[in-house]
Amino acid sequence: MRLDELTRPDFPILERVINGRRLVYLDSAASSQKPRQVIEAMVRYYERSHANVHRSIHTLGEEATELYELARDRVREFIGAQSREEIVFTRGTTDSLSLVADAVGHTLEADDEIIITELEHHSNIIPWQMAARDRGAVVRAVPITPDGHLDVDALRRLLGPRTRVVAVAHISNVLGTINPVREIVQLARSVGALSVVDGAQAIPHVSLDMMSLECDFYAASAHKMLGPTGIGILYGRREVLERLEPTRGGSEMIKEVWIDRAQWNDLPWRFEPGTPPIAEAVGLTAAIEYLEKLGMERVAEHERELTRRALTSLAALEGVRVFGPGPAEDRGAVVAFSVEGLHPHDVAALLDAEGIAVRAGHHCAQPLMRALGVVGTSRASFSVYNSPEEIDALVSAVEGLRSAL
Amino acid sequence: MTASGVVYSDVIRERWRRPRFRGDVPGATAVAEDVNPLCGDRVRVSVRLDGPSVAAVRFVGDACAICLASADVVAELAEGRTRDEAAALKTEDVLTVLQADVRPTRMRCVTLPIGVLATALGRAR
Repeated sequence: MRLDELTRPDFPILERVINGRRLVYLDSAASSQKPRQVIEAMVRYYERSHANVHRSIHTLGEEATELYELARDRVREFIGAQSREEIVFTRGTTDSLSLVADAVGHTLEADDEIIITELEHHSNIIPWQMAARDRGAVVRAVPITPDGHLDVDALRRLLGPRTRVVAVAHISNVLGTINPVREIVQLARSVGALSVVDGAQAIPHVSLDMMSLECDFYAASAHKMLGPTGIGILYGRREVLERLEPTRGGSEMIKEVWIDRAQWNDLPWRFEPGTPPIAEAVGLTAAIEYLEKLGMERVAEHERELTRRALTSLAALEGVRVFGPGPAEDRGAVVAFSVEGLHPHDVAALLDAEGIAVRAGHHCAQPLMRALGVVGTSRASFSVYNSPEEIDALVSAVEGLRSAL
Repeated sequence: MTASGVVYSDVIRERWRRPRFRGDVPGATAVAEDVNPLCGDRVRVSVRLDGPSVAAVRFVGDACAICLASADVVAELAEGRTRDEAAALKTEDVLTVLQADVRPTRMRCVTLPIGVLATALGRAR
């Protein structure tokens, strides 16, 4: 049985009819839909086990704490981290990257260098600009090649004794390029810089293993991997987390408090002030269990097939330009394209009229749009529940667009 | 009804295909430009004043069909009015001409040119 046939009944939202047509949801890279298993786990938690975590000495408090901390163990296994102390829960990828940039930012000195890349999402650009601005440091970017890859030679030339951070997306949210993060992590290490990987697009699509990737930080969101909104993951290598000062204060992150000082809590709670997203952690556990049951290899293979089909068919249409590496290459499950003479927003609106949901605009990657020489693109992205027939529906709708307006 | 008929009115399609006020005003009194941060749409409006009245308005844009159609209508509505009348143009005035039921998510496409015109007229003081 095909993966979409297997999973489809688990996603109630996909039954919706939009503008008279059955919804074709091709915007999972922005946010994936949620299977019943995730929704029901969260409802069950609120109906049976909700209380605040860690300090409640009663049954519900203990249950909630157990469920919350179970999510941490599940994440640790799922991404192949060495210890649970390395898993910090945040509000999302943006929050994770922001947390790292804040904490690392405090250790920067004037003229230190932060290297990002031209294909980063704004959430892996702005926090570094802010950190640099506060300390008089400098942000530099690795350019992309015409075929949508990172220019790794240019990165080698940018690296130097002042490089303190190399921050890079694992998979581009626009081009789908899978960046050589292992190599980049090693290059960063060779000059003593920290490596920070934005894994928002990678975590739903590829098997991760932090121990072999050896990066210092890895950031991701639950809502792009079939889980709920409002919870993010920050993996931090233990020895690096240990020497960073927390930058966000409140309850939960302390051991003992006096009027003029405090002693920080142990890892990972030191970086989790306030009441955490508990129900969301429960949902995240269910999402991981769902993905693991399907098997990440099978998920990746299914999405590779869909991506290949979309790339090949869209590129064959007259007046359609497809961005990023070609169909022969392994890439993420996103296909950005433009239709000659039509603005990306008009493309998205016209497709929506046929019940097809795609993303359009700059995809929070304006420097990349500038490098590509476009105002924006339309983007179709795929998940476990999408079928080859839906790709064909997209292609045939795009084909009809040029005469539609 | 075709897919585009649901999304775009005939007026939007006509104005987008054949704009009447596209270009730059020669010897403009003032020029303004702005972008919609959500989508990157960019519109520039140039105006020439003749005493208190708006003698000419033109626009240049890199934007979606709704935004460009709106800019064309805004220019038409502003020309020949006094500066204060033109600066007081409202979203409803433009929507009435466009004959379109624009969704909330696309309303910024309609309002961007109105704001840019107001900025240009403000600079012309």
